[in-house]
Amino acid sequence: MKTVRIGAGAGFGGDRIDPAVALARDGALDYLVFECLAERTIALAQLARVADPSEGYDKLLERRIRAVLPDCLRNGTRIVTNMGAANPWAAAQKVAETAADMGLTGVKVAAVLGDDVLGHVAPYPLDDTGMPAEALGTRLVSANAYIGSAGIVDALQAGAQVVICGRAADPALFLGPLAHEFGWASDDWERLGRGTLVGHLLECAAQITGGYFADPGLKDVPDLANVGYPLAEVGEDGNAVITKLPGTGGQVTLATCTEQLLYEIHDPARYLQPDVVADFSNVDFTEIGPDRVAVSGGAGHPRPETLKVSVGSRDGWIGQGEISYAGPGAVARGRLAADILKERLLPFQNAIAAYRSDLIGVDSILPGDSDAPPPREVRLRCAARCDSREVAETVADEVETLYLCGPAGGGGVTRSLREVIGIRSTFMPRSEVEVSVRIVES
Amino acid sequence: MKLHEIAHGRTGDKGTTSNISVIAYHAKDWPLIEAHVTAERVAAIFDRHVTVTRYVLPKLHALNFVVEGALEGGVTRSVALDAHGKSLGFAVLEMELPA
Repeated sequence: MKTVRIGAGAGFGGDRIDPAVALARDGALDYLVFECLAERTIALAQLARVADPSEGYDKLLERRIRAVLPDCLRNGTRIVTNMGAANPWAAAQKVAETAADMGLTGVKVAAVLGDDVLGHVAPYPLDDTGMPAEALGTRLVSANAYIGSAGIVDALQAGAQVVICGRAADPALFLGPLAHEFGWASDDWERLGRGTLVGHLLECAAQITGGYFADPGLKDVPDLANVGYPLAEVGEDGNAVITKLPGTGGQVTLATCTEQLLYEIHDPARYLQPDVVADFSNVDFTEIGPDRVAVSGGAGHPRPETLKVSVGSRDGWIGQGEISYAGPGAVARGRLAADILKERLLPFQNAIAAYRSDLIGVDSILPGDSDAPPPREVRLRCAARCDSREVAETVADEVETLYLCGPAGGGGVTRSLREVIGIRSTFMPRSEVEVSVRIVES
Repeated sequence: MKLHEIAHGRTGDKGTTSNISVIAYHAKDWPLIEAHVTAERVAAIFDRHVTVTRYVLPKLHALNFVVEGALEGGVTRSVALDAHGKSLGFAVLEMELPA
């Protein structure tokens, strides 16, 4: 029976590269998939593209490709990624150029296009306000539809060795190769559901091999420093075994698989994807060997009629500052500093859309009160979102002035300012989204 | 006894919604977790008004809580330190259960 070996080479844009190199070299993979695109990333990439039409793809694209391409070509491993971000065609050209520069000629690189729907999004209502996207006016910067696996399948059928997408749904990066290899029909909901399950389990890379998992004493993970990335051995029926390379750190167990199964899932019976409504409600995991977990029981239902669209807009600025207090009375001095800040910012209250100050170590992360004893040191953090860059900077300035004009012993001020790209969602009929493939050869 | 001693979990986000899984380490603890870790108790952890839906996965001895309204302003516009609410699952694991 045919088995497809598919691995994950990144679970987010900043992810480690070495474990991907190990998979490319030793994984005997058919496919290596890099998932690098978050909601906000694509809006930022869109701004970069507006500033320079040859930009707007992942900053680490060239580094990642240089690191794995020779091994992938040697081992017959094809690469699929969403590192195209806001500009998959420029990214494909960059990959071809990089390959040529490494002396690797004749490499076919495909860009999957069509997720950029900025030109059509105007009339569609946004999830939070119900207002049409056009109400964002000049603040609107991006609109990208979550497209499915069809463009990836087309690219692979055309012989691409590297497939570069923009805003494809994360699991579709894995479902595409599987549907291509096994010839799954676009209405074979059960297999599409299972392929989506494999994609969902792998798309966050180390999150299924012991990353984001360790809790000393309760969940100890061996050699987390050298955590390996996962691969799946997938059969024609869509059932799979999740594993990792021998000799790498981390672990693949029922517990790591169950945590990842439910990660960022709402109703497990209805995981909405562009290709299928995947059903994870009857999934079963079985440990069949060390770091080997068999996955079965995935299912699927007919795909949604509409595609989710991520809409990015300029949403002002966040100014932020932090200062530490330590030793006896640390919490009281931190609270006094917070009160002083609040008073000094009163003149700007109408220009501040959202404001928050917390004591890190006391109340910055978890909701509710605690009866825990006061910590030895605290860090006041204050952040404000404002339409105006100047007001946001003033907030950070006022944290810094707590050095001389605040309570005793404040130290270690840091400050930052960033532009806010807000992301909202809408839904669009499939007919508005036309996917195509364009190929370049090194 | 804290839930943390008998269960683990992971937290994810989409927009202003947080999803928090609670998974039993051992089958013997699953009935206790299923009975006591309710949507109401999870909702009570939050300072703000949230709507909590609980999904039960009996084969996996797991619960999945979908907490709408947990993340103020959504991840992209939030002024919170942990804008994704990645740590919220550990607030659930602080829950006291009958020993």
